[in-house]
Amino acid sequence: MADTMQFDLVSPERRLASLQVTSVQIPGADGDMTAMEGHSPTITTLRPGLLTVEGPEGTSEFVVTGGFAEITATGVSVLAERAVAKGDMTQEHLDEMMEEAKTMYSKAKETFENEPGPVDDAAKLLADMVAMGDHMGLTAKQ
Amino acid sequence: MANLKVLKNRIASVKSTRKITKAMQMVAAAKLRRAQEAAEASRPYAERFNAVMAGLAASVGGSDSAPKLLSGTGSDKVHLLVVMTSERGLCGGFNTNIVKKAKVHAQELLSAGKEVKILTVGKKGRDQLKREYADQLIGHVDMTEVKRLSYADAQGIAKDVLGRFDAGEFDVATLFYATFVNVVSQIPQAQQIIPAKFEDAGDDTGATTLFDYEPSEEAILADLLPRGVATAIFSGLLENAASEQGARMSAMDNATRNAGDMIDSLTIQYNRSRQAVITNELIEIISGAEAL
Repeated sequence: MADTMQFDLVSPERRLASLQVTSVQIPGADGDMTAMEGHSPTITTLRPGLLTVEGPEGTSEFVVTGGFAEITATGVSVLAERAVAKGDMTQEHLDEMMEEAKTMYSKAKETFENEPGPVDDAAKLLADMVAMGDHMGLTAKQ
Repeated sequence: MANLKVLKNRIASVKSTRKITKAMQMVAAAKLRRAQEAAEASRPYAERFNAVMAGLAASVGGSDSAPKLLSGTGSDKVHLLVVMTSERGLCGGFNTNIVKKAKVHAQELLSAGKEVKILTVGKKGRDQLKREYADQLIGHVDMTEVKRLSYADAQGIAKDVLGRFDAGEFDVATLFYATFVNVVSQIPQAQQIIPAKFEDAGDDTGATTLFDYEPSEEAILADLLPRGVATAIFSGLLENAASEQGARMSAMDNATRNAGDMIDSLTIQYNRSRQAVITNELIEIISGAEAL
């Protein structure tokens, strides 16, 4: 039995989870990473994706978008702008999020015509959403 | 006799006023509890967020590459005041206190030769500022339709503010709202949100641990600073919501008590004049009988 660490998942509106876990898989902006007890202190921003938490009481999954994770040797706190337990995630939620990402993309295209940076970022966000939807078996409306 | 009738009507009307204020007080008390719970629930996020941001800001802040949201535009000529008030009245001095604070601030800036722009959130603040600062009002966010404050509302306001910042409309933004202390006291606050200031540099674990950053520190900071604005606005809105209900509760409590006092004194007056009328009638009858 691996050692456990403290895990907190908070959104601006409430604290979604606070428990002892063995590992947390985080959808980082530069790629997924799994944090376990004794991980070197790291701060990473999140991309839209699934956060998988494994603990003594089983595995739970959350859909998170935007925010960051703070990993220390003794715990992980994830601050997500929007976080929903995977079981509560519905097609409507996804549609809403897709809609938001799409407007951001088109807006970025308009405002930054000659700068690829922000447009690419918005496109990546949109692609991440689609990938996450596929992964969960929901269809992202294009 | 006419006098008696008037008094009776008066008492009846004050009694129904008392019923209304009593009901409003109880509604405010129930809403206050919910508003406080919401404010309580948002605190962990805001605290962790500020702690991390304080650490980041301290390590990146000095460099030239620091984002404008943190280091400022290099001047402080144009100030934006974001004045957050309530949509409804009947809450004592709540709105007036916030507006007063904002006015003092605006006056200071104006006399120092700065330019002032005002963005109002909530109808009551706009109504009060409209008269004196009509030219400075650049926008208004209507919250009438909002039944339950959500983070999305704060994001909307933040987007508006950040859009104006990116367009170079102002250099410094200050947020005005009231923090909830208890039912009788709400303190108006002025909080600078752009350039961002993080006071929470307390020496907890965050300050001493050296973190790896993924992607780079600068990229994280650039990503998080706009979110920081939204977070600050969100906590401001929640504090305001709790303060508003608290202020309304004590205002309505006072009103109920005043109505009670008024009813008492009116009742005494009514009884006295009723007795005077009876005495008068008796005297008339007796003196009539004596005359015979």
